[in-house]
Amino acid sequence: MAPPRHLLLILLAAASLATLAAAVYEDQVGLADWHQKYIGKVKQAVYHSQKSGRRRVVVLTEENVIASLDLRSGDIFWRHVIEKNDPVDQLGLSLAKYAVTLSMGGSTLRAWNLPDGQMIWETNLQVSKSSKPLLHFLSNSKVAKDNLVLVSAGQWIYAVSSIDGVIAWGKEFSLDGLEIKQVLQSPENDILYVVGIAGSSKLNLYQLNAKTGEVVKHIQESFPGALCGETILGSHNVLVALDETRSGLFLIEFKGESINYNKVHISDLVQDLSGRVKLLPLMSNGIIALQASSTVSLLKLKGIDGLEVIQSFEQPAAVSNALTITEKDEGFAVVRHMGSEIEFIVKFTSDVSNEVIREKINIDQHRGNIQKVFLNNYIRTDKSHGFRALLVLEDHSLLLVQQGNVVWSREDGLASIIDVTTSELPVEKDGVSVANVEHNLFEWLKGHMLKLKGTLMLASADELAAIQALRLKNSEKNKMTRDHNGFRKLLILLTKAGKVIALHTGDGRIIWSNLLPSLRASKSGEMPSALRIYQWQVPHHRVMRENPSILVVGRSGTDSAAPGVLSVLDSYSGEELNSLKFDHSVVQIIPLMLKDSSEQRLHLIVDSHYRAHLYPRSPDAINVFLHEIPNTYFYTVDIEKNVIRGHSLQKSCDLSSDDEYCFSTKELWSIVFPSDAERIAITETRKMNEVVHTQAKIIADQDVMYKYLSKNLVFVATVSPKAASEIGSAAPEEAWLVAYLIDAVTGRILHRVTHHGAQGPVHAVVSENWVVYLYFNLRAHRFEMAVIEIYDQSRADNKDVLKLILGKHNLSAPITSYIRSEVMVKSQSYFFTHSVKTMTVTQTAKGITSKQLLIGTIGDQVLALDKRFVDPRRSVNPTQQEKEEGIIPLTDSLPIIPMSYVTHSLQVEALRGIVAIPSKLESTTLVFTYGVDLFYTRLAPSRTYDSLTDEFSYALLLITIVALVAAIIFTWIWSEKKELNDKWR
Amino acid sequence: MAAAPLRPRLLPLLLLAALSLSLSLAAAFQSDELLLLHDDDEFEGAGARPSPPPPAPAATAAAASSRRRSSDAAASVHTESSVVQFSLEHDLGSGFVPAGSFSARLKSSAHGSQTLTKLRFTRNELTRDEKDAFEKLLKEDGFYSIRLPSNVLGPARKDYVVSSIKARCIPHESLDEHIVIHMDGVNILAVNYGSVGGCQYPRPMKVPSKWIFNSYTVLKTAEQAPRTPSFVDQLVEAENGLGDVVKPPEKSFWAKYWMYIIPLGLIVMNAITAAANVSEGQAGEQGQPGAQRAPNAAPRRR
Repeated sequence: MAPPRHLLLILLAAASLATLAAAVYEDQVGLADWHQKYIGKVKQAVYHSQKSGRRRVVVLTEENVIASLDLRSGDIFWRHVIEKNDPVDQLGLSLAKYAVTLSMGGSTLRAWNLPDGQMIWETNLQVSKSSKPLLHFLSNSKVAKDNLVLVSAGQWIYAVSSIDGVIAWGKEFSLDGLEIKQVLQSPENDILYVVGIAGSSKLNLYQLNAKTGEVVKHIQESFPGALCGETILGSHNVLVALDETRSGLFLIEFKGESINYNKVHISDLVQDLSGRVKLLPLMSNGIIALQASSTVSLLKLKGIDGLEVIQSFEQPAAVSNALTITEKDEGFAVVRHMGSEIEFIVKFTSDVSNEVIREKINIDQHRGNIQKVFLNNYIRTDKSHGFRALLVLEDHSLLLVQQGNVVWSREDGLASIIDVTTSELPVEKDGVSVANVEHNLFEWLKGHMLKLKGTLMLASADELAAIQALRLKNSEKNKMTRDHNGFRKLLILLTKAGKVIALHTGDGRIIWSNLLPSLRASKSGEMPSALRIYQWQVPHHRVMRENPSILVVGRSGTDSAAPGVLSVLDSYSGEELNSLKFDHSVVQIIPLMLKDSSEQRLHLIVDSHYRAHLYPRSPDAINVFLHEIPNTYFYTVDIEKNVIRGHSLQKSCDLSSDDEYCFSTKELWSIVFPSDAERIAITETRKMNEVVHTQAKIIADQDVMYKYLSKNLVFVATVSPKAASEIGSAAPEEAWLVAYLIDAVTGRILHRVTHHGAQGPVHAVVSENWVVYLYFNLRAHRFEMAVIEIYDQSRADNKDVLKLILGKHNLSAPITSYIRSEVMVKSQSYFFTHSVKTMTVTQTAKGITSKQLLIGTIGDQVLALDKRFVDPRRSVNPTQQEKEEGIIPLTDSLPIIPMSYVTHSLQVEALRGIVAIPSKLESTTLVFTYGVDLFYTRLAPSRTYDSLTDEFSYALLLITIVALVAAIIFTWIWSEKKELNDKWR
Repeated sequence: MAAAPLRPRLLPLLLLAALSLSLSLAAAFQSDELLLLHDDDEFEGAGARPSPPPPAPAATAAAASSRRRSSDAAASVHTESSVVQFSLEHDLGSGFVPAGSFSARLKSSAHGSQTLTKLRFTRNELTRDEKDAFEKLLKEDGFYSIRLPSNVLGPARKDYVVSSIKARCIPHESLDEHIVIHMDGVNILAVNYGSVGGCQYPRPMKVPSKWIFNSYTVLKTAEQAPRTPSFVDQLVEAENGLGDVVKPPEKSFWAKYWMYIIPLGLIVMNAITAAANVSEGQAGEQGQPGAQRAPNAAPRRR
């Protein structure tokens, strides 16, 4: 496939002169790219009522997504990804027509049309900020004429018409520190009961007129002990509140005029009481659920006299909200784990001892524990009640269970990816057909019949689609083996839930997934957090037979001082090979360039005391590492103190323990930014695995400039303290941005430049010898993208050919950071139209191909901007030579070519990161973009100059060759004949 | 000048006129300058009154202007108050100890910001113990670290900027050091300590012949980024038709059409030679008299 080298060079030159935008044609969409839509971990779900006839569910997720899902297949009907600064707290259905959401701490109420998800109305409410705003729907038919929605937050309560969002009335209770906890409605008359807690022990009960909001009555009652604020409604007039120590329950009854209460100790009811006790929001006829760390108990309320335990379930178990089934009956579901299966139990509140349904369901082991259940009922064909439920599991996946089966499942953990790495697929072995797709003769025949039909143009539209699907399925790109071009890889993703998932780059299907035990919530309620994922072992020649493995590092708690956890996984199967809990914290993880004899990459983990720990802990690793200690440096960024420090390693830890894998560090340099003038906004370095092809750059006048190529180059941007917040908060005079280029070994500031009137957010990319960073220019009211290119002047003498011949150059001298090499800096800035979410740069195998900046725009798309546009050497009137070199005439703003959107027409909702992975083919880079959605594609920044495109007509080539051969033979025969004739003459 | 011999009496008059003109011109020029100076002084005075710079007490406009005029004398008055000193400390393996001191003049600008100028550095001489410690560092290939306070005015904030180098990089004939101090007003952001010239790798062990530091110090402040070029004005101009589109210079006839002329010329030449050959051949075939052939044939035979 690869043409000879000189041809390649010519093609490279041709490609670089071609148009700067590369796009796909409409029919090429989906051939090399895929897009997956997710919603995130579901925190609330409401079903469409049965009457509407649609089997859909509206869900609200932790990724701030409101979505309508098909109950039959789990597909998304519509979806809205709300900005992170507008967190949605509550979701409800109104009039069976609208989904109503409450966001921004109770200040924004929106109604969405159920069938298509369009927003119907939005109302802004003036509320005091509240930790937990409430949404309550008036169900009583007496006031249902206006169909009021009640919103309560802090001291405020509003009634809003659900038809058009007009505020019917609003009321602020003028009691200091009041927090409304419950709103309930008397079934008989138009009276609303509002229960609030002021301070921590004063319970207030207001009776309001539901139509006007007037206070009819106000009763206050002080409690002997403080309340923790957790309350639920046990029955229509009994409130259950947990006290401050979480060891006692107050049963509060309000009967018209008075409040009566009674205190019950939980320890009298539930024996095994440990951990944090929680009340589960199960609202039903006198049944409450109490969750302790080891059990979930169902309790029955006997007036205010006491409680009775009906049943206890071993943890992990989950209880659903009560669901009204008939006029007087409510059902609820309990789901618990029974070995490898889960048990789904539905009970009626009227008769708790009886179980309506008890089903055993098999679910995937790698999904973890049940966290939430949302119950729904339907009428079976025999007119009896059937139940189905949505289950939310520990790995954030969503399952629908019905009739003892998992109907569908969604892997929504993929909406919260933390880190990405890749792994090569296994090498294809001889004699083993891995792509055993045509396993069935009938299928095979059918496929070929379809293809034949397609070729003869007899196929219908459906059949054409089937052919296309078949082609995609059977195509090369989905094989589970390594390919020649390096396009097929495993994308290994670490999600927030602590699950590691491997996707195939061909079509994005899940190859394996593993919920890491070390990153699962422990019984004591500690929530571990996953941090990073790295390649641990990439076998080459000697240990080729072994599978590659990956390293996952996390913390056993959310606090940064919590001890770290490490786990090593097999890249092909996802099995956990090794797991380790550190006795130190994890602040920084430094993958070293060193490998031990089994090709395990060495990693240094720095703890909060600036001690470095070496992993893997093997004598082999330490032997390799000891030689490199004098040449090992690292730097730390302390954003709080505004300091960057450089460190070197010393031989052993200053601890008394003889831990030879622990190294103490010495502070070598520090840069202290004055806190009153500068705050660190961003630090950025080159990618460790980046390859640079040429060290020198030949500029137009045949002169050579040497790039300053140091792996230790760190870009730091600081902004003035006032400019650290949102755009518009600072005046141009008091906002500035300082960009630094720092050598991380010596702490030398190579370059420092101030941009006045500029402010963050700052995004930066460092690659080769350049930095591109984006900020907001307050004077020009536009975003600006600045570039700094740094060149090494100390090597400039090497241009002399004579010196090269005589060997008097310094090209072969080892490079050390202690040489204070003179650097030259070129910079330029350009206006940029978009606001940017993230930025990265393409990477190729050998670094020959020109680079493109991949910019995640505010519209959740990825824009590929050629690096040549952000060249500091652009001038207004480039000379002929400069034009030949490819320098574009200077413009004040960077062009946005619509065709250069990598994501073409798609959006990667809530885009968070872009990863560029080099393929084996030099021209091509693989781009993986993640947010709530995932998107993957291949990109060729300078066109595919080293391979033939997919559209290349091999048939034409073959025909041409055959025709040429035929012509040669024919002319040869002809000439022979002619010659013979001539001789006879 | 031509008028001079004609009317000698006019010369002084002319000279006078020229002189007065030049004087008036000079006066106008001077007054311009003075105005500027005056403006500046007023500005400084106004700026100084509400917020006097810490080292110099509030100065009246008159005092400021007098300082301007006789800068030397005035400067000496203010020197003592605006000199700052801060010490350099070094670490030879057993903690930081003072090793030298910097002195610099604090200069306040009109905006109230302060900068350091005229930096001077004096090194303390190395003691016997320090020499030993240094030699030990050289043997171990250890780090020689220095530090400076991060704020030269406010000793309240005990932050230090540190810089280190492998000790083996420093010794040449004597101990050569190069200190770059990055300033931001009165804050020291960073100090970069290095050797003079390169530092080869691998680093050879070398003991200096003279235990004296040769110091070079440089103060550096941030560069200002140039403004992003804006072509909006030019675009507007172009739209209004004010800025004429610059036409490329007219090329010569030859430069424009050489690619047609040369092939044409070749064809013509070809045709001529062909025609000549044909006529020659025809002539040969027709068997012209020998008189014509003979001179042609004769050289061939030679």
